[in-house]
Amino acid sequence: MSAEINLTLKVWRQDGPSAEGRFVTYEADGISTDASFLEMLDIVNERLIEAGEEPIVFESDCREGICGTCGLMINGQAHGPQKGTATCQLHMRSFSDGDHIVIEPWRATSFPVLRDLAVDRRAMDAIVAAGGYISVNTGAAPDANLTPVPKETADTAFDAAACIGCGACVAACPNSAAQLFAAAKVQHLNLLPQGQAERWARTEAMVETMEEFFGSCTNHGECEEACPKEIPIDFIAWTNRDYIKAKVKNRKLVG
Amino acid sequence: MLGSLDARIPAGSLDTKWTDHKFSMRLVNPNNKRRFDIIVVGSGLAGASAAASLGELGYRVKVLTYHDSPRRAHSIAAQGGINAAKNYQNDGDSVHRLFYDTIKGGDYRAREANVYRLAEVSVDIIDQATAQGVPFAREYGGLLDNRSFGGAQVSRTFYARGQTGQQLLLGAYSALMRQVAAGTVELHTRSEMLELVMHDGRAVGVVTRDLITGEIVSHSAHAVVLATGGYGNVYFLSTNAKMCNITAAWRAHRKGALFANPCYTQIHPTCIPASDDFQSKLTLMSESLRNDGRIWVPLAHDDGRAPHEIPDADRDYFLERKYPAFGNLVPRDVASRNAKTVVDEGRGVGPRRNGVYLDFSGAMARDGESVIRAKYGNLFDMYERITGEDPYRVPMRIYPATHYTMGGLWVDYELMSNVPGLFVLGEANFSDHGANRLGASALMQGLADGYFILPYTIGNYLSDFLGDPALGTTEPVFAAAEQAVADEMSRWLSIGGTRSVDHYHRELGKLVWDYIGMARNKTGLEKALSEIPALREEYHRNVRVLGSADTLNQSLEKAGRVADLFELAELMARDALTREESCGGHFREEHQTADGEAMRDDDNFTHVAAWEWNGEGTPQTRHREELEFDNVELTQRSYK
Repeated sequence: MSAEINLTLKVWRQDGPSAEGRFVTYEADGISTDASFLEMLDIVNERLIEAGEEPIVFESDCREGICGTCGLMINGQAHGPQKGTATCQLHMRSFSDGDHIVIEPWRATSFPVLRDLAVDRRAMDAIVAAGGYISVNTGAAPDANLTPVPKETADTAFDAAACIGCGACVAACPNSAAQLFAAAKVQHLNLLPQGQAERWARTEAMVETMEEFFGSCTNHGECEEACPKEIPIDFIAWTNRDYIKAKVKNRKLVG
Repeated sequence: MLGSLDARIPAGSLDTKWTDHKFSMRLVNPNNKRRFDIIVVGSGLAGASAAASLGELGYRVKVLTYHDSPRRAHSIAAQGGINAAKNYQNDGDSVHRLFYDTIKGGDYRAREANVYRLAEVSVDIIDQATAQGVPFAREYGGLLDNRSFGGAQVSRTFYARGQTGQQLLLGAYSALMRQVAAGTVELHTRSEMLELVMHDGRAVGVVTRDLITGEIVSHSAHAVVLATGGYGNVYFLSTNAKMCNITAAWRAHRKGALFANPCYTQIHPTCIPASDDFQSKLTLMSESLRNDGRIWVPLAHDDGRAPHEIPDADRDYFLERKYPAFGNLVPRDVASRNAKTVVDEGRGVGPRRNGVYLDFSGAMARDGESVIRAKYGNLFDMYERITGEDPYRVPMRIYPATHYTMGGLWVDYELMSNVPGLFVLGEANFSDHGANRLGASALMQGLADGYFILPYTIGNYLSDFLGDPALGTTEPVFAAAEQAVADEMSRWLSIGGTRSVDHYHRELGKLVWDYIGMARNKTGLEKALSEIPALREEYHRNVRVLGSADTLNQSLEKAGRVADLFELAELMARDALTREESCGGHFREEHQTADGEAMRDDDNFTHVAAWEWNGEGTPQTRHREELEFDNVELTQRSYK
């Protein structure tokens, strides 16, 4: 049932990429538990503007958990307390009257803060550009039913492809590693028959591009816990296997 | 300035027009392609697919998007599927049937030639996407699965769980990033187009604002492609993403591009009803749910019982009752209007009495909960997250919400606007859906335009300019456009009013929903034409935009977008008032049959209305493009 709650927010404010940040405390009173977390922030911002203060910068777009634009550290948890849920789909019924909520941006060297709660995640696009595709020019495709793909294979590839690229895995990782993101991108394509031709080149290029930007994985598993799409870390294991094979196979190709 | 509009539709029979036209169009040879610069604004299905394809061909492409990554574009949120006339199910589908269904579904207000071409290339899209690794649903034998979708009697919809848009966009995005890596495409993220630059009557570039630094930048090219989506956010509450806006297209309209059929908006029947005033957007539940869910309300007004306590005899399955042939699968406009009717009668359900039930208990009894979970699991989860109710136990509550806009910038057969050099793709143009879009046709159109149409037609335009370099960004037209953007930013920051941009957006949305929503009438539209300008005047006088122009400033970004929505809203009202008929998503209460169905006036309105900007404060001029139907007979749509 819907109720109204009063909250105390401790929000990270930072005027720009090179400015010094600080926590600012705001009282958020009379928030309906039916509101989403971002609608709660909308209300706070509306009140700030009316009071003549610049609103808190935070990013969101679809507010349906699919575009991956939003993402906040809420009380130290990426996307907050509800499992398998992006920030935009978190609702205030997950909180209680009188709660103190600490709201921070993703914290990772590879995700510099742009302002307040907004960060720059372009390093993830760089991983995709390194090989996260199947090279097929428009018009060059054979009939879609030419190659049957076993349903289980297609389903597993989909489980990887469901990644929304939000960066929660990086934010949750003590090493700021992007293994779960990169592995999801790699395995989506490596599992499919269409992806075999470039499998080894793709794996090596994407893994090594990831290493340029992000920390290294030491098997904490925090990424899987934080992932709003609950992508399993098995994909990381499979990518590690593919990477080792790739190093051997790619060398043979050169020789 | 303009006579009656010529869409430059090639002669010949419908089924060979596109093939013949492809042969007759001029080509740009591979070595010359790299001498042409093309700007693509927007990175959704249409923009990403166009940019990737143009890059592969060897053009020098620049992609501009206000997102932080091309993959965020709102195409990503499309759930249900994509149509294609593959006839893999052997159930009688064909290019001609997809063409016919789309023309009929659009209530005979789309161009035959465009729609036929769309149906033709639909099959290539599925091949392309599959080759890219889009994980479409498959049968156990490993071949592609299909389902039927609202408004169709064949199973021609390809889908990827409830995330078809996401997977297709990731496919197009991967192709785009491959070209970025190859150096054919230059990607500019967080760059918002705020001016179209014209020279000698042609589009020669755009001016953007960097959303992080506020830097105002000129980009020049031989052609500009807008793939910037629709204007559903004019209603404030819609299923569109928060940042969706009309600004790029509207700024082009203000430079002379005609805006066609703005009153054609689509209200999607299966959305989660609004829960309170702080609601920031509405969430769509894929209409594929209508394949297995049954829609009903209590027979009695103000029936206070819980749904499971209401026996079948006391329920009204109103779509099945009124439309026995299509039942719950009638097209979107029909389903939406009927839901509005029963809610207006006082038979709505839920705490605010603003919904109808979508009930899966029958389907779960028939197929088992696990089958339903496999088909719709992610949608059910999403519903539960938002409402706190478990749809496996309690029927969903749904209500129509704005979802898609059929109107947009006018384009000819080659997808070029009346401004030479300005091409418009996807939802941003008006071309293929007539007055109502069928389910699973938006993804099809966006990708058809981007992968398979524009890459051919743009060459036909560019071949005239072989050897001409793009205009330099130091030319006065660019300086003037940059100054206009700078002035606009200062203007917003200097108003110093009392209410936020969002406040005015919400108020505008209420007016548009009340007067230009699911049903319109003369009185309401005339009210809209007086109240919208009054509110707009207050907006320009009293909006409060804090901060500065040289930082990430979200209120400042939104101020201009909402200003453009105000102007668009007024044009929507004028267009709706002028179109004295009901067709598809445009329902004029004065024009309906005895049993409440839309009544067209084919004698007077079988045309496209395309509006020409005349400067601020002067109403636009209405131009017409006559629609010729040589291959289908215009009938009253019937889904009974």
